[in-house]
Amino acid sequence: MIGQVIAAVAGTIGFSVLYSVPRAYYPYCGLTGGAGWLLYCLLLPVCPPPEATLLAAMLVVALSRILAVKERCPVTIFLISGIFPLVPGGGVYWTAYYIVTGDVEQAAKTGFAALKVAVSIVLAIVFVFQLPQKLFGHGKSDRR
Amino acid sequence: MEGTEREVVETAMEAGHILLENGAEIFRVEETINRVCRHYGVESCNAFVLSNGIFVTAGSVREEIFAKVQHIPVSGSHLNRVAAVNQLSREIAQGQYTIGEVRQRLEEIRRMPGKTKRMQILASGIGSGAFCYLYGGTLRDCGAAFLAGVLLYTFVLYVSGPHLKKMMSGIAGGVVATVACMVLYELGIGQHLDRMVIGSIIPLVPGVAFTNAIRDIADENYIAGSVRMMDALLVFFCIAMGVGLVYTVRQRLML
Repeated sequence: MIGQVIAAVAGTIGFSVLYSVPRAYYPYCGLTGGAGWLLYCLLLPVCPPPEATLLAAMLVVALSRILAVKERCPVTIFLISGIFPLVPGGGVYWTAYYIVTGDVEQAAKTGFAALKVAVSIVLAIVFVFQLPQKLFGHGKSDRR
Repeated sequence: MEGTEREVVETAMEAGHILLENGAEIFRVEETINRVCRHYGVESCNAFVLSNGIFVTAGSVREEIFAKVQHIPVSGSHLNRVAAVNQLSREIAQGQYTIGEVRQRLEEIRRMPGKTKRMQILASGIGSGAFCYLYGGTLRDCGAAFLAGVLLYTFVLYVSGPHLKKMMSGIAGGVVATVACMVLYELGIGQHLDRMVIGSIIPLVPGVAFTNAIRDIADENYIAGSVRMMDALLVFFCIAMGVGLVYTVRQRLML
């Protein structure tokens, strides 16, 4: 578990470098990514992947908004790299794999599972951005 | 329109241009343009922003008519520039700059260096290795995914980025990553081909387009949102095709 979280932090920071995030924000990006993945790992034994993704993504979005207010910078910076570990990369891979090997039933199954995870991420972003800015810090400073 | 008003609208548009080009959301672009115009006294400014273009008009009984359209091709994401323009916009609201100084600051932001190629390649490798581990790879798999990620991004920076169209670069990227993983797998460096491939294709995933698409659609900017979503899905699809292509060829060769 600890190894997993460290890997999530390292991976998230890797992506923030790829997207030219200012260097000062690397630790925050790592924090959002690591926290999201930690929650996902903790939830996985008790609920199915889409639900775990939904809750973990909600944590990532909420953390990103808090950090955006704290650091007075666009929320995109933390959100994009933080959400990365939750993106169903594996699902997309397996879908392509099963399509190529001709196993249509498995392809449909994994494809649908990946879609459900993607929809969870969408819902998490929609839900948490709907919350009023007041919850994330004072003033109108830099909304969203 | 007298010189300064024209300059204000053009400067606001320039700020919007930098934001949109580098992966900001639509509402941020519109808000920044409006904020800059209002602050420097152009009350009649209207901005309409799509995912690849900005339309600005100004003009009223008191202010002269001005209109401008800018086409902005979708390009790389330099979030540091988005952050810098955002900061500048906040400083403008506090009244720290004249319009000429804003122009100068924007020019500096436009020339802000991204990460060096070496840093990007290294970051891609680290991302690949780390994600391989998240998908259940062993440490040896991670090492192999690291190498594949490094190779992949070298390819992206020197071949597909400057020379290939988006769809083709997605497919080619998928092919390069998968071939690299297969070679490393056959050499016995990695142990699980599937996990290595999943890790190494991750740097190609269009994270900015996907996240912004959702945000734009949630903000009811449907046109820009759907274009960005299509962009993201297309890239996803092309990566999968690239991976699938290599697997198909391998299957044929092994029969």
